[in-house]
Amino acid sequence: MANLLGGIATSHIPAIGVAMDKGLEETPYWKDFFDAYPPVRDWLYTQEPDIAIIFYNDHGLEFFHDRKPTFAIGASELYENADEGWGIAEIPPVTGETELSWHIVNHLIEHDFDITVCQEMKVDHGLTVPLTLMWPGHKYGHIKVIPVAINCERHPMPKPSRCYAFGKAIGDAVRSFSGDQKVVVMGTGGLSHQLDGQRAGYINKPFDLYCMDKIVNEPELLTQFTNYELVEKAGAQGVELNMWLAMRGALENEGSLKELHRSYHLPISNTGAGLQLLATNNAR
Amino acid sequence: MASQGSIPGTIMLDGPMATKGYPLNKMCYSFNNASARDEFRTDEEAYYEKFKLTEEQKQAMRQRDVIGMLEAGGSIYYLAKFAGILGLNVQDVGGLQTGMTTDEFKAFLVKQGEV
Repeated sequence: MANLLGGIATSHIPAIGVAMDKGLEETPYWKDFFDAYPPVRDWLYTQEPDIAIIFYNDHGLEFFHDRKPTFAIGASELYENADEGWGIAEIPPVTGETELSWHIVNHLIEHDFDITVCQEMKVDHGLTVPLTLMWPGHKYGHIKVIPVAINCERHPMPKPSRCYAFGKAIGDAVRSFSGDQKVVVMGTGGLSHQLDGQRAGYINKPFDLYCMDKIVNEPELLTQFTNYELVEKAGAQGVELNMWLAMRGALENEGSLKELHRSYHLPISNTGAGLQLLATNNAR
Repeated sequence: MASQGSIPGTIMLDGPMATKGYPLNKMCYSFNNASARDEFRTDEEAYYEKFKLTEEQKQAMRQRDVIGMLEAGGSIYYLAKFAGILGLNVQDVGGLQTGMTTDEFKAFLVKQGEV
């Protein structure tokens, strides 16, 4: 069986990608934020995962309202990216894989998650910024990525409890895969922020800290929220917590988890930016 | 969503709003392509016609009225691509929506960390 080593939750703010392009990591605005990442990178370096399953939301690069899936998964050897219209630099293509992807698809359908399968798709900053944060200098070519996109833009969106169950089903799929690959799961986005409306700029630090606290051992306190409540508490785009919950769901049947890292910075762009690492007992 | 009451300063992009906003969002989605951005810059009015924007949407676009675009069904993810054409970042757009200068808006963001 394939082994889940752990889960990483991280912000995917576009400005992070721009800052890395421009080499601003050591400037006063960015230094504390970027200083949080080396421990997580070191963990990845030590663990040598083969595959990263990345829960993210597409922000209108691959999916438009004409056909926007609620849950979608990639099954492709390669994923391109693009400048997204506002100018994030295009980076080398992301390596994919298909065998575990199709296994997950079969498992999901068998367990009543009728997912959209993409044999070709572009991935946006929701996936590429975290990848670049974990493997700077575009050194991510060795890691095989399985993109999993969750609708976080247009209501109705999948409920937090459903995103958690969805992640759990993917975790079960990994464990039932016949290969011996080492797998990490990532949940990207959040935490609280709101880009649109007169309420733009809203950030809720106490709620963000509460989420990071509870996601470790009491995720059920978070999955009981409705998306409406998440918008109320964490801003219109605070629903990106759903990706964190999917990541955490994937670890649900792994037994006890070790929290190896937690950090939070505010503001990064318009957002409360969190980073968290939860390791399973499969990790060295 | 609407049955749960409204959150001040927030427009939920639900089915009815997405229906209303479809032409505007479709136009902004096209800005993923550089050639589309050039075509827009060359003749904005013709580009509005091409995507059959409603009069409300055209007015909001002409006036660079972000709140107006949201009220006309715009989704911030696609509107951000239009903001990119104008060279605006999300702090600029935040300022435009809240009546603050960009610097005031940035200070407002920082202040929320002081709790």
